[in-house]
Amino acid sequence: MGANLTDSKGVGASLRRKEDARLLAGKGRFVGDIRFPGQLEVAFVRSPMAHALLTRVDVPEDLRSRVFTMDTMSGVKAILAKSGLEGFKVSEQPPLAKDKVRFVGEPIAMCFAETRAEAEDIAECVQVELEDLGANSDMLKAVQPGAPLIHPEWTDNIFLETFIDGDIEAIAKKAVIKVTREIDTSRQCMTPIEGKGTVAIWDRHVEQLVLYTSTQMPHIVRAGLSECLSLDQRKIRVIAPDIGGGFGWKGLLQAEEVCLAWLAMHLDRPVRWLEDRREHLVAAANCREHHYDITGYADAKGKLLAIDATAHVDAGAYSIYPFSACLEAAQVGSILPGPYDLEAFRCRTFSVCTNKPPIVPYRGVARTAVCFAIELIIDAIAREAGLDPVDVRLCSLVKPEQMPFKNITGKDFDMGDYPESLRRAAAAIDLKGVRARQAAGDRANGRRIGIGFATYTEQGAHGTSVYHGWGIPMVPGFEQAGVRLTPDGTLEVRVGNQSHGQGMETTLAQVANEMLGIDPDLVNVIHGDTALTPYSTGTWGSRGAVMVGGAVANACSKLAERICQIGAHLLQVDAAQIELRDAAVFSGESFATFADIAHTFYRAPQDLPPDVNPDGLEVVSGYRPKVDTGTFSYASHAALIAVDEEIGHIELLDYVIVEDGGTLINPMVVDGQIYGGAAQGIGTALYEEMWFDKSGQPRATTLADYLLPAAPDIPNIRIEHMETPSPNTFFGQKGIGEGGAIAPPAAITNAINDALADLDVELTVSPVTPRRVVEAIAHARGTEG
Amino acid sequence: MKSVAFEYVKASGLEDAAVALQQDGAKVVAGCQSLGPMLNLRLARPSLLIDITGIGELTKIEERRDTVTLGACITHAAIEDGAVPDPTNGALPAVAANIAYRAIRNRGTIGGSLAHADPAADWPTALMALGAEAEIVGTKETRHVPVEDLVLGAFQTGLADDEILTSVSIPRVSKSARFGFQKFCRKVGEFAEAMCAVLDDPERGFTRIVVATDSKPVILDGADLMIREPETIGDRVAISGLGGDAYVTQLRRAVIRRAIAGMQPLGR
Repeated sequence: MGANLTDSKGVGASLRRKEDARLLAGKGRFVGDIRFPGQLEVAFVRSPMAHALLTRVDVPEDLRSRVFTMDTMSGVKAILAKSGLEGFKVSEQPPLAKDKVRFVGEPIAMCFAETRAEAEDIAECVQVELEDLGANSDMLKAVQPGAPLIHPEWTDNIFLETFIDGDIEAIAKKAVIKVTREIDTSRQCMTPIEGKGTVAIWDRHVEQLVLYTSTQMPHIVRAGLSECLSLDQRKIRVIAPDIGGGFGWKGLLQAEEVCLAWLAMHLDRPVRWLEDRREHLVAAANCREHHYDITGYADAKGKLLAIDATAHVDAGAYSIYPFSACLEAAQVGSILPGPYDLEAFRCRTFSVCTNKPPIVPYRGVARTAVCFAIELIIDAIAREAGLDPVDVRLCSLVKPEQMPFKNITGKDFDMGDYPESLRRAAAAIDLKGVRARQAAGDRANGRRIGIGFATYTEQGAHGTSVYHGWGIPMVPGFEQAGVRLTPDGTLEVRVGNQSHGQGMETTLAQVANEMLGIDPDLVNVIHGDTALTPYSTGTWGSRGAVMVGGAVANACSKLAERICQIGAHLLQVDAAQIELRDAAVFSGESFATFADIAHTFYRAPQDLPPDVNPDGLEVVSGYRPKVDTGTFSYASHAALIAVDEEIGHIELLDYVIVEDGGTLINPMVVDGQIYGGAAQGIGTALYEEMWFDKSGQPRATTLADYLLPAAPDIPNIRIEHMETPSPNTFFGQKGIGEGGAIAPPAAITNAINDALADLDVELTVSPVTPRRVVEAIAHARGTEG
Repeated sequence: MKSVAFEYVKASGLEDAAVALQQDGAKVVAGCQSLGPMLNLRLARPSLLIDITGIGELTKIEERRDTVTLGACITHAAIEDGAVPDPTNGALPAVAANIAYRAIRNRGTIGGSLAHADPAADWPTALMALGAEAEIVGTKETRHVPVEDLVLGAFQTGLADDEILTSVSIPRVSKSARFGFQKFCRKVGEFAEAMCAVLDDPERGFTRIVVATDSKPVILDGADLMIREPETIGDRVAISGLGGDAYVTQLRRAVIRRAIAGMQPLGR
C-alpha cells in the first residue's frame, strides 16, 4: 500500500479520496442532517412477540389523529418480492402488520409528533392485543411437520427448496477420504455506523414525492415505492445523501420507507424517521444464518473430489425486496464448490421461513458462510489424511493453466492463479516457521498457536444472465453513466448507483482522467439521485468498479469524440489528426483546451460551423461486460492465532491477505475495502451473534450484548496484490468490494482448530466465542459440566 | 430511543441536592455513563435528575495519615492520570486505566460507579479488595460504610432514598503490599466476564481476594492460604458459593489464579 509515486491520476493511481475532505471534517450530509421547516418525527409501535395473531390495536381517543395502522394507511399495498424459481412461495409483507405479527420488532403502528421523544410517548400509549401462535426460532425445527405455519396459506415454512444433482455415489466408491460435518454460521446484524433513516416530503412545485433515504439503490426504492403506493414513478424522486455504510442493509425497499412516503403525502408535511440502534439490532439487518450438513470426498493425496451438502438458510419471516428470500440459498447451491475443481457436486438447499426479521444479503452474501463450510471441510480432510491443509488446497484448487475455467456449477472463472495466492500467503505468514515452532512445542505466553487458511473466489458484477433466471423484481442490464462537459471545461459525471464508503467519487473521477486526461479535482461525480442520474440497480454485488466504471469509461470515450470534433474545428485540422490528452486536444504544437472547446460550444456558438454535432458535450452511454456472469476476484487469507485454553480467548497474532482484483483502479481504495471487509469478517469469526430464545425474542438488543470488533481487536492486516486483468471488463478490473469479509471466519476458525488439533477439538460454529472454545475443550476431555 | 420527559436540576450544594432528592422519582446523576443509556432505553424513568457534578465538595480530596478520601465526583480519568493522590502506590490508577474506554473514563465517576453497583463494574470489586469505605450523607445523618456493606447485589446498594454517596476513603497500603487485578473481557472496553482483585498487605495484616459475580462481589475466605498455595484455589472457589455454570466457574478460577500470580509490589 502507499501513495503511487508517479504523476498518474488515472487507473492504477492511489489517489487520496476526494470525498474525505468533507467526510473527515464532519461536513457530510446524512439523512439525519436534513431538516425541513415543519418536519415531523415518526416512531413505530413494534411487535413484542415473534408469532401471534394481532387481534386489536387500541389507540387512545385523543391520539387517533397521530397514529396509523395498516387499516388506516389507506391505499398502501404489501411489499411483494417474488422469485420466478419453481416452487417459490410468496410472502406478503404489509408495511404495517395486519392480522398477524411474524417477528419481534415488526412495525404495527406509525406515530408522529413534533419530536421523536413525543412520538415514542405516543407509541407507548398504543395498546396491542396479541394471541401467541408459537414461535419458529430454530429453522431446523421450522421445517418439521407440525411447526406453526408463518404464512397460513402455505403448506410448510419453506420459501424455496432447490436441488442440484450429481453423481456422488461414483466418487464415493473411489474416494479414500470422506469427512462429514455439521457447520453453522450464526445470525448476525450488519450494524453500519449510520442506521437507516428516511425523510419524506411532497414537493409541491414539481409534484413529486421526494424521499431522502439511506439507500444503496435509489432507483430500485423508487420502483418499489411506486408498486406499494400505486404512484407513477415520475411522481417519485429518491435521493440517497451521504451514507454511513450499507453492507446490504440499505439495499432493499424497507417497510418504514413505504410508511414514511405515504405519511408525507397524507399530511402534506415533511416527516422523518431515524432508525435507532435498538431498532436496528432488534428488527433489522439480519443476515448470515446458515446450517450445513456437508460431506467432502478426497483421494489419498487429499485432492477434493466431491461435495455433497444440504444447506438450510434462515431467511426470516418475509421475502425482502428486491433480492427475495432465496438469494442466499441460491448462491449456496451455485458457489459452494468454491475455487476448487470438483468431479461431482450435489446440493440441496432450503430457504426457511422463521419468526425472525427477514435476512438481507450482507457483504459477501452467502459467500462468507459457503467459504466457512467448504474451507472447514478442506481442513478436516487434511487432518484425516495427515496432510498440511495448504497442500490439500494446492492440489484441489483450479490451476492457472486451466483458465479461463468453467467450474462444476457453470461459473466462468476469468483468469488468475489461485494456488499462487495461497503459496504467497503461506510464505508471507511464514508457514514453515510456524510449523517448526509448533513441532518444538513453542507457546505464545503459554498459549497454543495455530495457523489457518482460506481461499475463495468472489463473483462480482454478475448481470443479466445470472439474475433473470432468479426472476426477482430486479435484473441488472446495461449500466449507464452520463458525462457532461460544463461551459468552463470541467466535468460532471452522473451515475445511478450510490457511493456509501466505496470512494466512488474518486475512482470514477480517475476513470474520467484515464479517458480524458482531466484532473480528477475538476470532475464532480453525482450519484444517488433518481432525478439527476441514469437508471441503475444500485451499489451491491461488488459491481461498482466493473459496471459503473465501464459505463463512465464508455461515456467519456463518446464525449471525447464530440470534444475532438469541435477541437478539430478550432485548430482547423481534420479530426483524425487530433490527439486528446491532458484535458485538451493537440495537433502538433497547437492545442485547444477543454475550456476553450466548452466555451466555444456553449457561449460562442457563432464560432462553430453550421454542421456541428447538435448533441453537444453531454453523453449518456451504457456498458455491460463481454461476459456478464461476473468477474471472479479471489484471495487467500492466512491467520496466525494464539488460543488461551483456560478462558477461551483468541488473539490474532498475524493476518495476511493475498488478493487478485484484476486491474486496480485505485489500490489504496481497494486496500481500504479489504481492511474494512476483513474487520467485519473478524466480527463474524469471533464476536457477532444475534441469538434468539425459544420464544423468538432477540437476545442481543444493545451493543453491550451484540459485540462488534473495534480498533484494538483488529491486527495489522498485511495485504499483497496480484493483478491478473479480467479479459471481460473495460480495464481488466474485477469486483472486490465484499471479499475482505468472506474468508476471515474460515481462516481464523481453521487456525483455532489447528492450534487445538492435539486436543482433538474441532469447532464448526461461527462466531468462535470463548465459551464455545472452553466447552469444546471440555467436551473433548470428557470434563463437561 | 429517546428518554421519557424528566426535570433536570444542577445542584449547587449537598443540601440543595438532598432537598431535591425528597421529590418522588428523583435520581442523582454524576457522569451519566450508566444512567444515560438506561434513560434512553426507557429502563430508567426518573421524574427529576439531580446533577451533582457542580457540588464543589464532591471533588474534594482529603489526605490523612492512614487514608486518602476522594470525592465521589472524581472521574476515572483523573485517577488514571495521577491527577489525584494515590494511597495505593499504583493500584487505583491501574484499575482506572482499564475501565471501558477513555471517553467513558473522562466522565464516569468513582462514586457513581459504586452507587450504580453494576456487577460487571471494576470499582466495587477493586475497592472492596482495597478495603475502601464510602461516606454517605442523608438528610438525618452522615454514615461511613465499607464498600462490601454498601453493595448489596446487582444494581442494589444500601443507599436510602434520601442519601447521597459523597466520597470514598481508601486506606494507604504498606510498602511491602502487593496487588493483583485480573479481568477477562471479550474485547477491549467491554464489561468483564470475570474479574478478581487481590491485595496482600501482611504488614497491615490485610489480605483480601474479591471476585465479581452476577450479584455482589464476594470476598473469598482463606485468602492467605490461596496465595501461599495456589493449587487450593479450585477447592476454595467450589466452597465459596460462586455460582455459574462450568464455563463461568472456569473463568472465575482463572482470573483468581491469574490475579494472584500477577500480583505486583506496590512499592514506591
